[in-house]
This record gives sequence, structure tokens and C-alpha cells, in this order.
Amino acid sequence: MLPDLGNHPGFILASYAVSLVLIGGLIAWIRYDFRHQKSLLAELEARRLRRRSAAKDPKA
Amino acid sequence: MAIIDLANPTRFMRLTDRLLPWLVGATVVSMAIGLYLALYVSPEDYQQGATVKIMYIHVPFAWLSMFAYTVMAIASFGTLVWKHPLSDVSAKAAAPIGAAFTFLCLVTGSLWGKPMWGTWWVWDARLTSVLVLFIMYLGIIALWRTIEDPIRAGKAVAVLTLVGYINIPIIKFSVNWWNTLHQPASVVRMDGPSMPPSILIPLLVNALAFTLLFMTLHFIAMRSEILRRRIRTLRQHEAAGAAGVARATTSVQATASAHSPKTNKAPVEAPS
Repeated sequence: MLPDLGNHPGFILASYAVSLVLIGGLIAWIRYDFRHQKSLLAELEARRLRRRSAAKDPKA
Repeated sequence: MAIIDLANPTRFMRLTDRLLPWLVGATVVSMAIGLYLALYVSPEDYQQGATVKIMYIHVPFAWLSMFAYTVMAIASFGTLVWKHPLSDVSAKAAAPIGAAFTFLCLVTGSLWGKPMWGTWWVWDARLTSVLVLFIMYLGIIALWRTIEDPIRAGKAVAVLTLVGYINIPIIKFSVNWWNTLHQPASVVRMDGPSMPPSILIPLLVNALAFTLLFMTLHFIAMRSEILRRRIRTLRQHEAAGAAGVARATTSVQATASAHSPKTNKAPVEAPS
């Protein structure tokens, strides 16, 4: 159910819509960045572990 | 545990890992209540009618645009004076969030101004000083990206942020110092708020909700920045290790060739 938006519904809806889109985008970007950094770090750490294990095994 | 102990990034990561689910929950609940009060419960203003509903998001965005900058200024002070490990992480993480809230403050203000003032924009002191704040945010973000070394970038940004803080009292008091189209303060006043509780309470609930949203996003962005710096350090170690191996290999080869027995090959004659 839509609230009563009086004589200027377009301006009110546009304000809330722009805010929703921009804040939604900001949340998505910040979450993506965190996940991306986390996966990059995990990848780097795994590579370091492999290198350590490879150093122990001279054939590797 | 003293507050200063939180300046340890590992402890900060552990603490925010536990805190963030609660913070997200509080943000969602307070935002749902705030928006319900704003859209369905609060009455129309006797002059502005239903457009007063824009105020419930515009004013929190305006407050948060200044709050985020204040967080950055405090963090910048920490960077320059105490060199806290988390200070420039906090300042860097707050900048894009503050810029987004400032942009939303300008856009929602413009959308509110058109039906009420008859214009999208005027160059009055309040609107212009908020536009300057937005440009400062963009400048700070650009400076973070310009200098590659985060420690050097942090110091440069800290100086710029602290110098730019002069704009915050100008924004706050612009409506008192100059004759502006923008209305004067109606909540934070010496003689108390000038609005009735039926409008003030939804506004305060929304302000709390957006502040919680800012804190949530700021903590997540700080966590990302800490990880980004760890990745940078690991890559530097990896590159230094690779360079060290290359140097060692070159040195071993040079030593080996210096100590190798002389060959009896005749020198190659140049073609006549």
C-alpha cells in the first residue's frame, strides 16, 4: 500500500528511489570489495603454504 | 581493554567480526521502523504538505555527510599525532561513504527545493558549502588513489582533511551567518527543537538508522582496507623473495664461472 504523498508524489518518490539505488549500490560495492580482498588474501596465503611445502620436498 | 588497544588491526578484525551481525540487525530494524514512521505515521507539514517526507532522509544524509568528515578528521589527527595503525584505514574507509551521503544530501535537497522554493538550486551559503564538502570528498578519494604508498598517502590526506575541516562549522552556521534561502536549524538549537514530536521522533529514528548504516559500512570498508594492506605486504615480501633468489642465483653463477677451469679453446679469429 502506497502512503499518501500529497501534491508532489514524483519528487518524494524520486528522492526515496535515488537514495535506495545509491545506498544499495554502495552496500553492494563495499560487500564485493570485502569478498574480493578476502579471496585474494586466501589465494596468496595458499600459495605461500604451497611454496613452503614445496621447499620441504626437493623433488617438487 | 583500553580504547587504544583497538588500534591493533587483528583485534579490530576479531571484534568487528562479532559485532557486525548485531550492527546489521540493528540497522535493518531501525531503518524499517524509521521508514514506516516517516511514510505512514508522520503527519503532513502545515506549510510543506507531504513533501516533508523528504526531510526524513535529507536531514540524516546532511548530518552524516558532516559526521563522516568528522570521523575522517579525528582519524587524520590520529595519523599525524599518534600514527595509529587503524587511523588512516578509518579515514580512507569513511571517504567514499561520506561522499555518497553528501551526494544524496544534495540530490534529495534539490528534489525537495524544486516544489518548495520553485528552483532546483541556488548559490546560497548552505548549498554551496555542502557542494564544497562533496568536492573535498572527491579530492580526498583522488589523493588516496594518486599516492601508491599507503603510509605516505595517509599523511598527505590527513593534512588535507584537517585543513578542509574548516568547512564543517561553515556548513553548520552558514544559515545563521548569511541570509540564505535554506531554512535555519530546526533540531539542534539553543532553545530546543522547533518541530512537534510527531515529526521529530520519526526524524530522530531515521537519523539513528542511517548512523547505524554508516557504522556498519564503515567497519566493513575498514576490514577490506586492512585485508588490502595485508595483501600488499605479502606481495612485497613475495617480490622481495623473488628478487633475492634472482640475486643469489646470479651471484652463484658469477662465482662458479670465476672458479671454473680455463678452457683450451683457441680464440676465434675474426673473419678477414
